[in-house]
Amino acid sequence: MGQKLRRLVSSLVVFGAVAAVAAWFLTKPEPWPASHWEGLGEPDVANGALVFSAGGCVSCHAAPGATGDAKLVLAGGLPLKSPFGTFHVPNISPDETAGVGGWTLAEFGNAMTRGVGKKGEHLYPSFPYGSYARMTAKDVNDLFGYLKTLPKSANVAPSHDLPFPFNIRLSLGGWKLLFFTDKPRVTVDTSDPKIARGQYLVEGPGHCGECHTPRNPLGGFETGMWLAGAPNPEGEGRIPNITPGSKSIGQWSAGDIANYLETGFTPDFDSVGGSMVEVQQNMAKLPASDREAIAAYLKAVPAQE
Amino acid sequence: MKLKAVMFAIAFTGLAVGAVAAADEPQVVRQALMKKVGGAMGALAAVGKGEKPYDAAVVTASLTTISESSKAFPDQFPVGSETGLETEASPKIWETPDDFKAKALKLGADADALLAAVPADQAAVGEALGVLGGNCGGCHQAYRLKK
Repeated sequence: MGQKLRRLVSSLVVFGAVAAVAAWFLTKPEPWPASHWEGLGEPDVANGALVFSAGGCVSCHAAPGATGDAKLVLAGGLPLKSPFGTFHVPNISPDETAGVGGWTLAEFGNAMTRGVGKKGEHLYPSFPYGSYARMTAKDVNDLFGYLKTLPKSANVAPSHDLPFPFNIRLSLGGWKLLFFTDKPRVTVDTSDPKIARGQYLVEGPGHCGECHTPRNPLGGFETGMWLAGAPNPEGEGRIPNITPGSKSIGQWSAGDIANYLETGFTPDFDSVGGSMVEVQQNMAKLPASDREAIAAYLKAVPAQE
Repeated sequence: MKLKAVMFAIAFTGLAVGAVAAADEPQVVRQALMKKVGGAMGALAAVGKGEKPYDAAVVTASLTTISESSKAFPDQFPVGSETGLETEASPKIWETPDDFKAKALKLGADADALLAAVPADQAAVGEALGVLGGNCGGCHQAYRLKK
């Protein structure tokens, strides 16, 4: 009897250890191999500035309340309220200690596209690396080059204020296992270069789906609901459905969508509002061909009611 | 039969009275004012983009509409009109009413400045649109909720 129990316990211990190793293996931070970030050459800073606009980095990373040129000081500190607690946006100015000035391209790139921080830790998906995962190594290199031209800030943002269990970074590996992917979100006709470019911008750097797609209770995207609209994460109101099935935006032509992104006006001269104001101002800085590409992609995605 | 007609008449009158009452509500008044501003912006944009030929009368009338509507606008937010009737007004309007009012009146002031020297051709109207249009997003960013 005693021997049986001992055998049971020891097999449970072995099983537990195997499960823990398997769990660690399945959920460990996974940066790209070093070669992914090699041989990219000198960054194209002008393209980096466009990527910076497409990504709307200032919307979160500028100091709260900053206006005009002060917005280019990416000092961080903005609190992001969520159902999981309050995140504080970090300093990504080129300051060597408070910001990312001391980071290598690989460290920056793995944070952007794999959600892996400088110390090899998992990052919280409040930073939308789940979208940036689709960005090319060239765009990341150019963006990093552009960020280094911006002013430094010594501001140290407060740490995240999250209750248990969300404060356990290790658990993010499980989240990634369930929800992290760098695959296309929907199938569109990518033989049309315009639609392919639009898909890259919307699903990648533009991270449009982060607000426009509804989420499940664990914070992953609801499957089959891409860009179908969602409650406003900031509290009041709703983020609209932007698929062809939308009652309002579904009626817009591709030209209407491109014009909205350029001027901020809807076809009936209503205007952009809320957080979208800043997004639209960033989209206005892109070349017209990119706004047309976004419009072509939005007309091509599956309609959601 | 007759009773039915009478009841219908009563119901119809009730509906009509209800509609009239609703038209006086500040939520409805301010939505109508914004629609007027939007319509005037649309008329200016048609000229600015060259979709319609330049017409000084249209430009002046549109600027006048924008000026008058935007000046009347901030008075349509009395306490008690925070919700209802599909309002998209943000609660922030009642938290920082002075800033809200200043933003609304700035649109009126910009329109007045343009009325003092009416844009004289398509290009000038295009420029004017940039000046006026910045006010829309500038105020809606803080004070309007999308539903």
